[in-house]
Amino acid sequence: MSFDWPTALPLIFAGLMGLAILIYVILDGFDLGIGILFAAAEDSEQDTMIAAIGPFWDANETWLVLAVGLLLVAFPMAHGVILTALYIPVFVLLVGLILRGVAFDFRAKVPSGKKHRWNRIFFLGSVIASLAQGYMLGVYVLGLDVGFGGMAFGVLVAFCLAAAYAAMGAAWVIYKTEGELQKKAVRWLRTALVLTALGMAAVSLATPFASPRIFDKWFVWPEMLYLSPLPILSALLFLWLWRQTFHLPKPDDRHALTPFLTLAAIFVLGFAGLAWSFYPFVVPDKLTIWQAASATESLAIILAGTVVVLPIIIFYSFYAYRVFGGKATDLTYD
Amino acid sequence: MDPLILSRIQFGANISFHILFPTITIALGWVLLFFKLRYNATNDSAWMRAYFTWVKVFALSFAMGVVSGVTMSFQFGTNWPGYMEKVGNIAGPLLAYEILTAFFLEAAFLGIMLFGFRRVSNRVHTLATVLVAGGTTLSAFWIIALNSWMQTPAGFEMIDGKAHAVDWWAIVFNPSMPYRLVHMLLASGLTVSFLIAGLSALRYLNGDRSESMWKALRTGVFTAAILIPIQIFAGDQHGLNTLQHQPQKIAAMEANWTTGANVPLVLFALPDEAAKENKFEIAIPDGASLVLRHSTNGVVPGLDAYPGNHPPVFPLFWSFRIMVGTGLLMLAVSWSAAFFLKRRHSLPKPLAMLMVPMALSGWLATLAGWYTTEIGRQPWLVTGVLKTADAVGPVAGSHVALTLAVYLILYVLLLIAYLGVLVHLALKAAKDGDTSPLPGVMKAALSQPAAGE
Repeated sequence: MSFDWPTALPLIFAGLMGLAILIYVILDGFDLGIGILFAAAEDSEQDTMIAAIGPFWDANETWLVLAVGLLLVAFPMAHGVILTALYIPVFVLLVGLILRGVAFDFRAKVPSGKKHRWNRIFFLGSVIASLAQGYMLGVYVLGLDVGFGGMAFGVLVAFCLAAAYAAMGAAWVIYKTEGELQKKAVRWLRTALVLTALGMAAVSLATPFASPRIFDKWFVWPEMLYLSPLPILSALLFLWLWRQTFHLPKPDDRHALTPFLTLAAIFVLGFAGLAWSFYPFVVPDKLTIWQAASATESLAIILAGTVVVLPIIIFYSFYAYRVFGGKATDLTYD
Repeated sequence: MDPLILSRIQFGANISFHILFPTITIALGWVLLFFKLRYNATNDSAWMRAYFTWVKVFALSFAMGVVSGVTMSFQFGTNWPGYMEKVGNIAGPLLAYEILTAFFLEAAFLGIMLFGFRRVSNRVHTLATVLVAGGTTLSAFWIIALNSWMQTPAGFEMIDGKAHAVDWWAIVFNPSMPYRLVHMLLASGLTVSFLIAGLSALRYLNGDRSESMWKALRTGVFTAAILIPIQIFAGDQHGLNTLQHQPQKIAAMEANWTTGANVPLVLFALPDEAAKENKFEIAIPDGASLVLRHSTNGVVPGLDAYPGNHPPVFPLFWSFRIMVGTGLLMLAVSWSAAFFLKRRHSLPKPLAMLMVPMALSGWLATLAGWYTTEIGRQPWLVTGVLKTADAVGPVAGSHVALTLAVYLILYVLLLIAYLGVLVHLALKAAKDGDTSPLPGVMKAALSQPAAGE
């Protein structure tokens, strides 16, 4: 059988979009999380925390633009349906992102008396953006059902995701700082992990009731067997990381990056589960990825560019992270 | 409330707010590169001081551009789903290439450009500045290609009511694209040179006579003086291109109601669309024929040739005149400032005081120009392919009204904060003069010589 481009391309693009969302959630997850943790940090610590994300946040957010861009360019039908259904939550997300994005810069440039105001705006924007993302995810999982039950489920996911982002933020602080702040971040991580675990348990319990479709995809034999490693592995990683929080930070700062990598792995597993719940729909129960896709010739020309450019992007993103590797120092324009 | 008009106002507000910041970053990236290269060549630390002052403006403008740009990428879907459904096959790849080739490049190297001076070698830092400036310009290339395609679509065919690409070269380099790109890049250059000249004039008025102030002031004034005649020529060419491809836009810009020869150039009027006439008209006889056809009896298209299919006259007529008027003022101010700097090595106080508000003249002209070209495309979203009214989404008017109100409040507050910070940075720089500490003299490991070491 010859390779069938019209069938393969939408699938490839669904994969690419998934990858962009996953990278976004992991990368912007930690800087949104640091924004959430701002409320628990002191003035001097806040500067260090900003220094830990300052050179990266812009590139992190670009992955969201890529994800939405891919949705827009590869699945124009779905783009309209999803975003009009989520009109208000998207708006709330954007307000959050606008506020925190500019607060980053304003807090460093305004007269020192006004810095507090922008710190608060940074915290608020981060919380709003995280909650809005979680809410949108919850409502989307249920097939954009906007009934009361669906909204309640969305709120549940919102808090769960915000807690998960806070955990990511704490893990990043552990990696990028030392001394008192690092110890504090370990405690933040422990608390955030508990909240995330509670949220995830609640979401897992609610999903079968909220969406029989997803329930049917998971709880049939033998799929259940193949899928079982996802939840089991996630739970084990969770427990292990929680135990680790009692031993961190370690002498010589060993394993400082481990919490972040573990959380990233948990995100990957959770994402795989979500992907399984959706497939083959891009708008749950309404549009499959093939029904929503752009014309083959348009997808082909984007793919050609993507294949060339994406490895380069990943390469220089790694380079940028390496340049600013090590512990965060005060961030100055030099 | 009508979701169509509300969505249009919302998108207009959003894109107006957005364009302010790319207009600065596109050219400011290259100006920063110029400062950096001058420093590399002369080892004069004043160039580096100018760099560090203006890189802060760049960082802040970039952040404002990013967040308002993210908002726009979502609004395509939330308010205008019909757009991507109809022409997604064309617009999609152009936007995708903008994200892939430009956005990531800018974002990744911005960190190094802003905070990496002591972390990478001087060569890499200069390279990062080149890549960021190149990224912003490349981003302008792609988005202008898409915008121009919406104005003068080419290289496509309609199959089952959807646009499909036939010739990508013709799509990207559509008839109005080269003109619009040049016009916009020059506009960006002028916006930045007047911003730099204006804020430097503010420092000058505050008694700052430091080397870094002079260097920035001269860079701003001389760049403006060189670019403005080129821009006037490029704008004229762009207008002739529009005459050829979108004559109804020209007819509305000139408020010319009837097609014919010996058409006057209207300098002032209150166009009345209902009565199809101009009130309080002041005009130069045969002027429009002369400008547009280079002959007094040249035939100029009038609005009567496009019944029900031409853009609204009043906003076009006035936005075009505001743009041209601002341009002429820019010419007068930049040339007189250049004269005084060249001959007298000083700046008369009244001229300096005029230059301070002129710091925002680029914004005014750019917005007026974009209003001319974008309102001039109406009633079409994509000329001849998709009407604006057919692209709006099913969202309730009350929802759009709510979000519009919040966006407007947010944008006004952010604009005030942004301008406040610009003034604060200028006054702070004026106070510090050339005594502000440079990174090279701070106690830290240096990967390169700095501060004239």
